[in-house]
Amino acid sequence: MPGTIAVRMRNITKKFGSIVANNDVWLDIWNGEILSLLGENGSGKTTLMNMLAGIYYPDAGKIYVGDEEVVISSPKDAFRYGIGMIHQHFKLVSVLSAAENVVLGLDIKPVLDMKEVSRRVKEISDRYHFNIDPEKKVYDMSVSEKQTLEIIKVLYRGANILILDEPTAVLTPQETERLFDVLREMKKDGKSIVIITHKLNEVMALADRVAVLRKGHFVGDMLVKDTNPGEMTNMMVGRPVTLNINRPLPVNPQPRLKISDLTVVNEEGVVKLDHVSFTAMGGEVLGIAGIAGSGQKELLESIAGLCPVQSGSILYTPDGKPAAELVGRTPMQIKQAGVSLAFVPEDRLGMGLVGTMGMTGNMMIRSWKKGKGVLLQKKDPNELALKVKEELEVVTPDVNYPVRRLSGGNVQKVLVGREIATEPTVLMSAYAVRGLDINTSYIIYNLMTSQKQKGVAVVFVGEDLDVLLELCDRILVLCDGKVTGIVDARNITKEEIGFLMTNDKEKGGSGNAENG
Amino acid sequence: MQKTVNKAPLFHLTKRPVLKARETWAIRIASFFVAVIIGCLVFLLNGKNPFAAYGNIISGSLGKVTSLRQTIRIAVPLLGTALAITPCFKMKFWNIGAEGQITAGAIGATFFALTFPDLPAPVLLLLMGAASVIFGAIWAFFPAFFKAKWGTNETLFTLMMNYIVIGIVKWLQGGPWEGKPGSQIIPNFSKNAILPKVFGIHCGWIIVLLLTGFIFIYMNYTKHGYEIAVVGDSPNTARYAGMNVAKITIRTMLLSGAICGLVGFMVASGAHQTLYHSVADGVGFTAITVAWLAQLNPFVMIIISFLLAILDKGSGALQTNMGVPTSVSDIITGVFLFCMLACEFFINYQIIFNRKEKKEEVKA
Repeated sequence: MPGTIAVRMRNITKKFGSIVANNDVWLDIWNGEILSLLGENGSGKTTLMNMLAGIYYPDAGKIYVGDEEVVISSPKDAFRYGIGMIHQHFKLVSVLSAAENVVLGLDIKPVLDMKEVSRRVKEISDRYHFNIDPEKKVYDMSVSEKQTLEIIKVLYRGANILILDEPTAVLTPQETERLFDVLREMKKDGKSIVIITHKLNEVMALADRVAVLRKGHFVGDMLVKDTNPGEMTNMMVGRPVTLNINRPLPVNPQPRLKISDLTVVNEEGVVKLDHVSFTAMGGEVLGIAGIAGSGQKELLESIAGLCPVQSGSILYTPDGKPAAELVGRTPMQIKQAGVSLAFVPEDRLGMGLVGTMGMTGNMMIRSWKKGKGVLLQKKDPNELALKVKEELEVVTPDVNYPVRRLSGGNVQKVLVGREIATEPTVLMSAYAVRGLDINTSYIIYNLMTSQKQKGVAVVFVGEDLDVLLELCDRILVLCDGKVTGIVDARNITKEEIGFLMTNDKEKGGSGNAENG
Repeated sequence: MQKTVNKAPLFHLTKRPVLKARETWAIRIASFFVAVIIGCLVFLLNGKNPFAAYGNIISGSLGKVTSLRQTIRIAVPLLGTALAITPCFKMKFWNIGAEGQITAGAIGATFFALTFPDLPAPVLLLLMGAASVIFGAIWAFFPAFFKAKWGTNETLFTLMMNYIVIGIVKWLQGGPWEGKPGSQIIPNFSKNAILPKVFGIHCGWIIVLLLTGFIFIYMNYTKHGYEIAVVGDSPNTARYAGMNVAKITIRTMLLSGAICGLVGFMVASGAHQTLYHSVADGVGFTAITVAWLAQLNPFVMIIISFLLAILDKGSGALQTNMGVPTSVSDIITGVFLFCMLACEFFINYQIIFNRKEKKEEVKA
């Protein structure tokens, strides 16, 4: 390990209301290392790094850069000490060009020399083999290009310590590999890299050292070469866990949803689904893979009747009943026709739950129309809320406590618990485990599997390919609204799916990600 | 790397843990006393004895039976209108057109009062009430329909509707309904068109108290109330639950306008006994403050509207007895409102002062 320490964080505490995000955390970042900050969602990784990047200000504790105690109260301060962060949600202005985004917010001289800016952007790009056009507008960029631009932005400001918050969440396996090469290159230049992640394989592949946080506390750090995924998981979770998904073979699968030539055009006239055809079977988990925004949301919403369909058909066949066409019906009609679609939407609080209400109020979303007369029936939803709370171990002070104050995992349990309680024949979920801790994720996976064993057609939109490969029976891959493949999940590799996700343009080519 | 060292900021803000009800009320009561103290300073700056001034406010508004009645008469339309806008605000539909809906209701009531002055009182009053409800609802329908259909901005729309209806009343005053030619005044209602008194106050107070209970039940125990809450929190979730957002928007606004119209009937028939262009007298706006301060809780609205009525009535007494100009009374009212609203900030956030500490040795 190179001998000098770049940053020391000491006794850092940060609270948000009654939630202690960081509690007395110590962390060192060495010069010229790749440090992986590991922890479950909600363990305080991002909060800790946000304090280094000047987004938050610690309630207590000290930060030293080199040997000097520093106060970082804005991102500008952070850049002064050579610290730059690439956030999970990109902070770019989409109508501006790459170069314009780079200089945004810098103290500039009265006359802005964009040529000079472009030249320097080019210089940085050449050094790390980025392929980016300084004149290109951000709205024309792919996700991977946007990320590259964020990295350039930080390097332009002279950062020596780069913090990346879950950078691979939005990338294909090939793009991830490219990013890792760049990070290794930067390390060679003596820069320190902190990468926030909860994916163990990435830690093993990339990092020199790993530091683990759990529930806001610093648990420990170690050299990656001296540890293994099992030990790291135990540190993250705090007790030994087995990470296996039980995947029984489908029993007597029956066609449940037959989708043919489904085309969806959004309000801006962009084609989101392009002649999509497939069949979802009862008793099977159908995974849907694809880069974010490839049409997953529109697919699920059009089946649920929430998204207008341009053309195509969605035929639904309940057990032993004739098939029914779903296109053109309202969500309510779809339900009344005896079609039960349990839909766990992508945006949990924005769609599917009411943040200001408690669990009981949210259970009513599915039953508010029940009963005659004008009065609302609160008794059944209340009992259901208590049942879900107990069965799925939802942590909440009270079933009437606003769900927006609950942690992401508990919010998800409320939603999934309610949807499963309607005894669906088709269960669709989008990013069901996003933001959940490992333990809860496995509870959700097992719920999906048990639904499948009951004969439910499970449609599972996921982002973690490793999970899709372990959980699903078949995987449908979407790219730009087109189906690029429907594959047997038991006989395919992550890389092959990765190629399908980018529509197979440069199969096997090493420069795949450069075109982004 | 530059070697400039930043100074730690003097203080920073953080979110508070959820407070117990007792603590929240302690903050609210404290803010009330802060308002009283600031009010003292305002009186002192004007050369008045603050104790005498506060004494005057209290005795002027509550001291005698007649003054108490007048205070209640001020509170009635405030409470009624705050109740009327509650469903809208819960739905995050910013109806700031209560003023216009009140006036529209008053026009409806006045039409029957002037056209059939000799009908038996119960019949006439029922007709007037029904007309006011319909007129108020019509006035609320337009912004709701445009919002539901084309997503227009309801804030601007409802506001503009206020000016139109006030213009209409001015035209009525000078035209078709003018009493003495050239007077620009609509004649007083006949005796049959005036709301009867109960305990010396027009019976509107009974109506608004009944409304308080109605709105409480409507918002908390009916399907409509649930729909309103879901639409207000997340229209997408409402769609997902199979609710017809446009229909709910229009229906809720109709209810709101109808209640506003009823308030218009009460002020025209009970308080003014005629119609004139400022029959609503700013109540539609003050009611927004009442609704927010009460955090849309109907029962708390009773207290808040009464409190504002005390300040309003008391400031009149201040002017007559101590020569305090109305502008100073307005400042006092403003101080109270400001402190009561500002305390919500301290309920949600706390200020942490960063003490200066000695530099400790760096532990590696």
